[in-house]
Amino acid sequence: MTVTVMLVDDSKLARIVAGKTLAALQPDWVRIEASNADEALQVIGRQSVDIAILDFNMPGRDGLELAAELRQSYPQMPIAIITANIQDEIIARARAVNATFVSKPVTEEGLSSFISGAALRLKQARS
Amino acid sequence: MSVDLSLDDLERDALTEVVNIGVSRAAASLRKMVGRQVLLSVPAVEIVTRRAAASLIGQRESEDLVSIHQDFEGAFSGRALLIFPETKSMELVRSILGEDVGPEDLPELESEALAETGNVILNNCLGTMANMLQQSLKMSLPSVTRGNGDQIFARAGREGEDVALVLFLYINFTIQDRSIRGYIAMLMDLPSLSALKLLIADFIDRVTADAE
Repeated sequence: MTVTVMLVDDSKLARIVAGKTLAALQPDWVRIEASNADEALQVIGRQSVDIAILDFNMPGRDGLELAAELRQSYPQMPIAIITANIQDEIIARARAVNATFVSKPVTEEGLSSFISGAALRLKQARS
Repeated sequence: MSVDLSLDDLERDALTEVVNIGVSRAAASLRKMVGRQVLLSVPAVEIVTRRAAASLIGQRESEDLVSIHQDFEGAFSGRALLIFPETKSMELVRSILGEDVGPEDLPELESEALAETGNVILNNCLGTMANMLQQSLKMSLPSVTRGNGDQIFARAGREGEDVALVLFLYINFTIQDRSIRGYIAMLMDLPSLSALKLLIADFIDRVTADAE
């Protein structure tokens, strides 16, 4: 099964790191990138995306605002919010939009439970 | 006046990202101290004169500022500052100390509370950055300074350096429901920039190793 993951981060380096980590966990998954919320919405309008991994602190709309917007159209999509900003309110907002909190810098260990959970949910949805 | 930054796009991106992670951690510790959400801007990284750096902050604020700063030394050196408009600093102290402290005790505790807050936040930020760059930095004790932008950014006994270029990184933050706002800023001399450039290049190599 083909899985497409959208990585959204204003930092190119952060996208490289997240992409690399994801490739180590799921080498066959397709990765597409966007550098802000507007670009992400364009991407998702053009092609189908199964999973979204979003940076929190971005110029323009932040990752949680983007997650809330994505959630309206994609109620089942696994979404991760990546940040080093572990304030209770941010964790609560991530929970409210049913997004998983992943701490930055991204490591295989930190991303793996989100990725395996997402893989499972996709498999169930497709079966 | 901003001059050409001798960092390429990816280096600048990496530096901003390291600062962003450092400041995000610092914001999380500030949140614990004040019990309210701390909102951060996206970090700005510029090479400007020390005077221009001072006016970047000074122009945004009509009143005098309070700054808590710590100097750091190591592979790269500079000064990290936590800056508030003066009237907000007492607000901050009040929200950190809570209701248990009477108003008569506040002035006495203000400097100490500010120094301690600065210490936690700046160490958290610099410590995170140092770890990511695999360097150790020696940090001075916090000192509290009051005055305008120029006075806060000037260093004692160093005349005429206001025209020297510095690497200036800053982020502004607000504390929800408290109308407290401030800045976390970092100033580095240009000789440090070449050292930092090498560390950033190593960092990029390390984190992108094996990436397609």
